[in-house]
Amino acid sequence: MNFDFSDDQKQLRDEARKFLASKCPPKAVRQVLDGKALYDKELWKGLAEMGFIGVAIPEEFGGTGAGHLELCVVAEEMGRALAPVPFSSTVYLAAEALMLAGTEAQKQKWLPKIASGEAIGTLALFEGSGNPTPKSIKLVANNNTLDGTKKPVPDGEIADFAIVAARTASTGRDSDIALFIVDLMDGGVTRKALTSVDPSRNQAEITFKGAKAEPLGAAADGWSILSQVLDRAAVLVAFEQVGGSDRALEMGRDYALDRIAFGRQIGSFQAVKHMLADMYVSATLARSNCYYGAWALSTNASELPEAAASARISATQAFQHCSKNNIQVHGGMGFTWEFDCHMYYRRSNALALSLGSLSYWEDQLIERMRKKNAA
Amino acid sequence: MNFDDTPQEAEFRKVARAWIAANAPKHLEDELTNPKPGATRDGKLAESKAWQKKKAEGGWACLHWPKEYGGRGATPIERVIWQQEEGVYDKLSRPFAIGQGMCGPTVMAYASEALKQTYLPPLASGEKVWCQLFSEPAGGSDVAGLRTRAEKDGDDWIINGQKIWTSGAHYSDYGILITRTDPNVAKHKGLTMFFLDMKSEGVEVKPIKQANGMQEFNEVFFTNVRIPDSQRLGAVNDGWNVSLTTLMNERMSIGARVATGFPELFEFCSNLMLDDGVAIDNPDVRSKLASWAVKNSGLTYTSYRSISALSKGERPGPENSIGKLVSGMMMQDIATFAMDLQGAAGLLSGEDAAAGGEFQALLLSSPSMRIAGGTDEILRNIIAERVLGLPGDIRVDKNVPFNKIATKGR
Amino acid sequence: MNFDDTPQEAAFRAQAREWIAANAPKQYEDDLRKASLGRVQLKGANILEVAKAWQKKKADAGWAVPHWPKDYGGRGATPIERVIWQQEEGVFGKLGALFIIGQGMCGPTMMAFASEDQKRHFLPPLASGENVWCQLFSEPAGGSDVAGLRTRAEKDGDDWIINGQKIWTSGAHYSDYGILITRTDPTVPKHKGLTMFFLDMKSPGVEIKPIKQANGQSEFNEVYFTDVRIPDAQRLGAVGDGWNVSLTTLMNERMSIGANVATGFPELFEFANTLILDDGPAIDNAAVRSKLANWAVRASGLKYTSFRAISALSKGERPGPENSIGKLVAGSMIQDVATYAIDLQGAAGVMSGADDADAGGKFQAMLLRSPATRVEGGTDEILRNIIAERVLGLPGDIRVDKDVPFNKIPTKGRA
Repeated sequence: MNFDFSDDQKQLRDEARKFLASKCPPKAVRQVLDGKALYDKELWKGLAEMGFIGVAIPEEFGGTGAGHLELCVVAEEMGRALAPVPFSSTVYLAAEALMLAGTEAQKQKWLPKIASGEAIGTLALFEGSGNPTPKSIKLVANNNTLDGTKKPVPDGEIADFAIVAARTASTGRDSDIALFIVDLMDGGVTRKALTSVDPSRNQAEITFKGAKAEPLGAAADGWSILSQVLDRAAVLVAFEQVGGSDRALEMGRDYALDRIAFGRQIGSFQAVKHMLADMYVSATLARSNCYYGAWALSTNASELPEAAASARISATQAFQHCSKNNIQVHGGMGFTWEFDCHMYYRRSNALALSLGSLSYWEDQLIERMRKKNAA
Repeated sequence: MNFDDTPQEAEFRKVARAWIAANAPKHLEDELTNPKPGATRDGKLAESKAWQKKKAEGGWACLHWPKEYGGRGATPIERVIWQQEEGVYDKLSRPFAIGQGMCGPTVMAYASEALKQTYLPPLASGEKVWCQLFSEPAGGSDVAGLRTRAEKDGDDWIINGQKIWTSGAHYSDYGILITRTDPNVAKHKGLTMFFLDMKSEGVEVKPIKQANGMQEFNEVFFTNVRIPDSQRLGAVNDGWNVSLTTLMNERMSIGARVATGFPELFEFCSNLMLDDGVAIDNPDVRSKLASWAVKNSGLTYTSYRSISALSKGERPGPENSIGKLVSGMMMQDIATFAMDLQGAAGLLSGEDAAAGGEFQALLLSSPSMRIAGGTDEILRNIIAERVLGLPGDIRVDKNVPFNKIATKGR
Repeated sequence: MNFDDTPQEAAFRAQAREWIAANAPKQYEDDLRKASLGRVQLKGANILEVAKAWQKKKADAGWAVPHWPKDYGGRGATPIERVIWQQEEGVFGKLGALFIIGQGMCGPTMMAFASEDQKRHFLPPLASGENVWCQLFSEPAGGSDVAGLRTRAEKDGDDWIINGQKIWTSGAHYSDYGILITRTDPTVPKHKGLTMFFLDMKSPGVEIKPIKQANGQSEFNEVYFTDVRIPDAQRLGAVGDGWNVSLTTLMNERMSIGANVATGFPELFEFANTLILDDGPAIDNAAVRSKLANWAVRASGLKYTSFRAISALSKGERPGPENSIGKLVAGSMIQDVATYAIDLQGAAGVMSGADDADAGGKFQAMLLRSPATRVEGGTDEILRNIIAERVLGLPGDIRVDKDVPFNKIPTKGRA
């Protein structure tokens, strides 16, 4: 059994960590958090130059062609650094959708631009409150033009193109939903900034009025492609969450070692050390589930749907747990804007919902386990 | 067992209710009842002062205080009844809560009669706002670890140091201040309490930006601030005992409704449509709601038990100390769940979010509920030690001179 | 990243599998599969005899305690081969429960501290199951605080005279030998006055009484020592060095990589999958799903955590500290899982036993046994301390008894 990343992959992780530590310190995250920029353009450029954006994109499409395990270790570091760039929307959602369902021409058009950092992509799926179900899609596609509104769209203000889930019929079947590519620089598209609990990442509402669109994949397969994209993204976002969990745990541990109260390191009080031990437990369970997700993703295993849901739930819980108790370990200082704790708290709660709610994924996991069990 | 007032209590309630009906600022009722999520009443001090002044004139300010200091000499249960009747208008009194709830009782216990006559009535009537200068960067849960120095200079004391987490310092007229006057003795033994004019030279107030973006607290810096010895409260180096009077009052807010977020969540779930119908029809939502419902009602009835003790003239038991511990974590969990119910759109906030973003605002403010006024961990210690009688933690700094206590973890 | 064996591992696995297929006592396979949480019952057979027979058969073919050196009855297998053997042995591994303490803890201690003669004499019959060993550490006064023990050993010529009491000794009543930690010097700090021995459990003055547990069963014993003589030759390690000797034993207790920790989840999933509630199958109910999902990811998290440790072994590395979370997570989880499964049964959930309760009373038995899981072999609180201190590097608790002579440490909480 070799249920671990290879030495090369670990080396890539170290490189990414080093790169992000120097190019994406907390003060870079704060530039976006404080509204001084929509994303960190310099960092985005640097990530492209390092080959991180295109790590899972085949060489023929401008990537490094390394693969999904490599993308997982990069994702972990992105989460750890809270990188304020459109990485998840462009790489996990848009690029994955294109690689899964795009025509040769579509891949040629977008993937090289993604890998080089020239194009930012996103997935326009959600339409307000609710979970990702076919029923929730109201935006209509008619003769390759789209009408309707999507919200929230991650990185919607800065994206150059979007993969859009649209309704082509109303039979109540999954096949009613099709995917389209929309060049957001074309007409018929208006964008509106939205406020969110994590201002270090951009969210927008996008309204399509007769917007020109190009089908992605077979019309009837839209929902099925989308489900696969969400499963893949679930694994990758889970790695970001695990990276964030570990960092929040480290911050708490360091503070517990440095801070003195009642003449002792606060980490010598069981109330504090047990809190940290429990954070470690959550983070470890999540990491192990994520490794399984990584394996399933990289081998395109039939277990992917179940593995993805497990990774997603476990990592969501771990990051929320670690980020909130990191504040608690820090006490009052943890609740200041000046300390970085709240940035992890914010990110953990945004990531928890970015691919649909925890309840949704819980439901999915059990549904998938039941199906497997019945089979 | 019943929930009825005694005849005297009923009479008192009637009088209070009639007076409030005739005098309350009704034009503010709506805004007070349904505040915008995350909104503060910052900059609306005048409205608060006006209501407090009116109450003072009607004899309803600080009603449990003695009459000569601006109160009404009311019994504890009458105070609770007043709070119940005042309802949402009580929110107007927040700028005075620390002054009247903590500074006032300390001044009452330790100041001279003349000082009491001078300072307490304007504190009761809201003319003067007071703040409490206790917490420091180096002394949070460990209040006695404070480092702000006070050194005697003739009839004055010279203060140098820094306080933190001071609510309302920027609009306060006075403050009570605990300082270290002798760093060569054990930490609890070298402290002295004062009150001071916040406009004194050398006092600098800086707002703290919180994790949720709001600014409710301040840092206060002291550079060679002079305080006359006549403004000392209690003996030199007896400040720790004096501070206990203050802190004891902090936790004695019986009958005050503890916010849990449950009523808001229940209402939200009653109206929210999920894929398969109204949220409240979903078994998972129900199961979670039920768990929180019983915690919420448990807190409500625990406070009723305390009120009943007061009504009988007894001292309420320690049960009330569980309020903040239970509600702090609960608010955080409720906020997370309410956002989860909104799906991906739950990550939006403010006007872009469902329910005006009230749960997102709650999520971002709730971590402070588990810290301010005693962390969850300190509260558990208090329950374990004072209620259950378990031994205290081992104190390595107990008999060590303050200036010999470690200040760095590593 | 893959779950595949290396060629060498695959060869070892094939060999193990083949031997097991040819030799395992298949007639008990079903009963062993159904056994949950240590409750093994074999229809029409004495488990002790079946277990000893299987162990003997393994020993004859060189499969008993495979990771031990050949000289002492093992096979000299690598750590990963040991894990592969466990995986292949599967449910038949449950028969080894009887020998776990002897082979897992007493054996390694003997190997580290006994003389070569003693090792050659005592270890092979321990490996082959001929002799059963127990571990005499816990005392009424020393649970989590093992070093707080009070059983005295006093030198008398070439012997030591033992007086005192041990508790929570698994299998003392069918054990042939035991390793015993005693206090030889009460005037020095508590960790410094201890000495380790091994002894014949049939020695005069040893008295064993079963403990009736909260769940009505008796898996453990109290063992009383009255003027029991142990020759000095049976001392393990130096006089006064017993604490360090015991750490070897205890370290082995927590090194059970690859062993599946019982969480109760598979049982709950199966139960929920078949149970019909008022409004349909339990597994369609949103509340049930949410709970199941939460436990599912904990169970899978533990499983893949142990896979990570196995992978480290396979590469010849030392597994990281992740594995220490197993019992902590599983202990409270199994308690919660049992409570919930019983809740799903409604009022009928109060019934227990194979005949009256749903699912053969499995969850009721789990509920009653689970509190012990959170206590034995290190309480949840001690495990959190271990994680906080050894993994996260946080400081230890303040020890008020550290430099105090043992006989000056308070023995009563309050007057």
